[in-house]
Amino acid sequence: MSKKFLHLILTISICFQAVAQNADFKNYTQKIGGSTQVYDMVAVPGGEFMMGSPASEKGRKADEGPQHKVKIEPFWMGKTEVIWDIYDLYAFKNMEKEMAARYPDPDKSVQKTDASTRPSPPYVDMSFGMGRSGYPAINMTQYAAIFFCKWLYEKTGIFYRLPTEAEWEYAARAGSKTAYSFGNDEAQLGEYAWYRKNSDAAYKKVGQKKPNAFGLYDMHGNVMEWTLDQYIPDYYAKRPANEAFAPVTELYPTSVRGGSWDDEPVDLRSAARVGSKADWKVLDPQLPKSEWWMTSASFVGFRIVRPVKTPSPEEIKAYYSPKLIEDY
Amino acid sequence: MEQNRRNFLKASGLIAGGALINPLKGQAYNSSVDDTIKVALIGCGGRGTGAAAQALSTTQNVQIVAMADAFKDRLDESYKNLTAKKYKNAAGAPVDIKMKVDVPDDRKFVGFDAFKKAIALKDVDVVILATPPGFRPSHFEEAVKNNKHIFMEKPVATDAPGIRKVLELAEEAKKKKLNVVVGLQRHYQANYREAIKRIHDGALGDIVGGQVYWVGSSPWMKERQANQTEMEYQMRNWYYFNWLCGDHINEQHVHNIDVANWVKNGYPVSIQGTGGRQVRTGKAYGEIFDHHTLDLVYADGTTISSQCRQFEGTWNRVDEAFVGTKGRIDSFDGKKTILKDYKGSVMYQHDDKGDKNPYQVEHDELFAAIAKGEYKFADAENGAKSTMTAIMGRMATYSGKLITWDEAIKSDINLFPDKLAWDASPKVLPGPDGLYPVAIPGKTQVI
Repeated sequence: MSKKFLHLILTISICFQAVAQNADFKNYTQKIGGSTQVYDMVAVPGGEFMMGSPASEKGRKADEGPQHKVKIEPFWMGKTEVIWDIYDLYAFKNMEKEMAARYPDPDKSVQKTDASTRPSPPYVDMSFGMGRSGYPAINMTQYAAIFFCKWLYEKTGIFYRLPTEAEWEYAARAGSKTAYSFGNDEAQLGEYAWYRKNSDAAYKKVGQKKPNAFGLYDMHGNVMEWTLDQYIPDYYAKRPANEAFAPVTELYPTSVRGGSWDDEPVDLRSAARVGSKADWKVLDPQLPKSEWWMTSASFVGFRIVRPVKTPSPEEIKAYYSPKLIEDY
Repeated sequence: MEQNRRNFLKASGLIAGGALINPLKGQAYNSSVDDTIKVALIGCGGRGTGAAAQALSTTQNVQIVAMADAFKDRLDESYKNLTAKKYKNAAGAPVDIKMKVDVPDDRKFVGFDAFKKAIALKDVDVVILATPPGFRPSHFEEAVKNNKHIFMEKPVATDAPGIRKVLELAEEAKKKKLNVVVGLQRHYQANYREAIKRIHDGALGDIVGGQVYWVGSSPWMKERQANQTEMEYQMRNWYYFNWLCGDHINEQHVHNIDVANWVKNGYPVSIQGTGGRQVRTGKAYGEIFDHHTLDLVYADGTTISSQCRQFEGTWNRVDEAFVGTKGRIDSFDGKKTILKDYKGSVMYQHDDKGDKNPYQVEHDELFAAIAKGEYKFADAENGAKSTMTAIMGRMATYSGKLITWDEAIKSDINLFPDKLAWDASPKVLPGPDGLYPVAIPGKTQVI
């Protein structure tokens, strides 16, 4: 088959898929084959928004400006943060195998993912006693979160990835222009978020507070969430035109969003940005340090997105091949 | 004691005179006076390499001058990592440790006797012992005999004969004023130090009960490769063989058991417990159990319960809690280090902001003492007795019997192979089905 012809077929099939998805662009539940686990995906319509915060916003930091217009293509986003129940299937091959034996799947999803690159088993329990079943998975590196998406793609055939910072903020705002998706009133934060004041020093089961206008839970608080971006403090000022995100070239800092159970209200604002730090791995006593586990970031988790326009196989391959940057 | 270079430095007053006051500033590193603290790394796995990097990240003038491992590939990998350009210190700042690693090929030692050659080097002041724990007693012996200061990882043995040897040598190390730090890093962690100091001062009254946990998931496992002798396979997959690891109750849970001993200021007089192999039953998992629970009974009659297990997909906790006659501590986990009375009033709450990495503190304090010529650390005795507590726990769960300290410590069951060689046989071998014999409570003899 000529390359040109192959390209044509791929292009047509991608267009067809995109159209089909547009026609059926609504919330859905992703089954995790060979298990009882499911993951709810919320349809987030595309649109334009002002990314960053106005200079007048209380608690605003310099890295949140200047505000600038960003166009966002439609995508689905996880209704909640990814929970341990699902993450453990990916992290522990044996667990996935045992689960698959109990819940056979006609698509033989386990065989599909048996060769997946998975995290090395952690030496210390990564939930730090805060709870496992129904609680957000934490302490994974951004690299591990990307490989989780790849594992899920291999299982389901559907392209999932981490949200870009822009997508994350767009989703968190859910149409709002205020500090929080529900307004500017810190006093209401407890209805929507787990943070330092109400968390009793631990994360909580996902989805217990009020959702935002898109129907997304825990965008503020509970655990911070990985994005796909390098964290660059002045990125908004020097961001290249039409650049969808800041690709990662250095291990630190990469961008996390949303604030956590351990943070103050100001850190939970939709526009607040945080860069990862080397000392989030401070308790890893090995050298080189784990590429899979942070060990000291019990406030970092993630949720995933699925763009309506599925990228090309080459792009998908690129998304799932992050450069391994060893951590000394 | 032999007058070695380090002692000469102490005796000559060069250190007190300031040569090491700011060793990394100015020209001290390259000065003609050799004030460098020279280190041999014995055991070049991920942890040994990490410990070496921490030694190099202290403010003292430290140099790794020799490395030893049973396996050449492990040593080479470690050397590569230690000389990596992008190493960062605990604060995340880039550090060039490459220039502090001076290990030419003739000071890289491979094989079962590699440790002897590295420890015997005259210039070596400190040894880092980070091989699998089964080797620790003989490596510790070599280090003490050669008058080296010592950082050794926990646990410090896997059987009672090994413990007796370490206890004996701990005495000798004391007499020689050799600093010994054991990698039970909670002793070097601010929240434990602060809370337990207050508990010892009586904040909670008498400690009358508690729970200690290492309830987590399964760590790494190495599949058997073609062409491996049984000895090589067990050495590679050492976590699952008792002569090397002592079971996970010894390798991991010793941390929490040690905290119980620390809080109680003593060691259990008896232990009974139960355990088994429920989830991790395949042949790749050698002979160790996957769960144990214990009653640790102390001389005053207090019982502390202990749990460890390595299951996936379960509730997990790695932590400790104690109740006293006046109050309690529910957790030592970071921000939750809070001493409370029974009315709920907070007597002490630890603020972990700014706390240093305890793995780094171990080395900071050890090397500071060595540089000043001080004798400050004698961790080996506690390290041995807390390790013995874990071994005694294993004896209790493997046998299903109540085991007393006095009978446990006298046990002559020696798990170590009679001969160390790649073609020699370890004492526990797989059956025709590839499975290793596993202890059966009620039947297995442990004393």
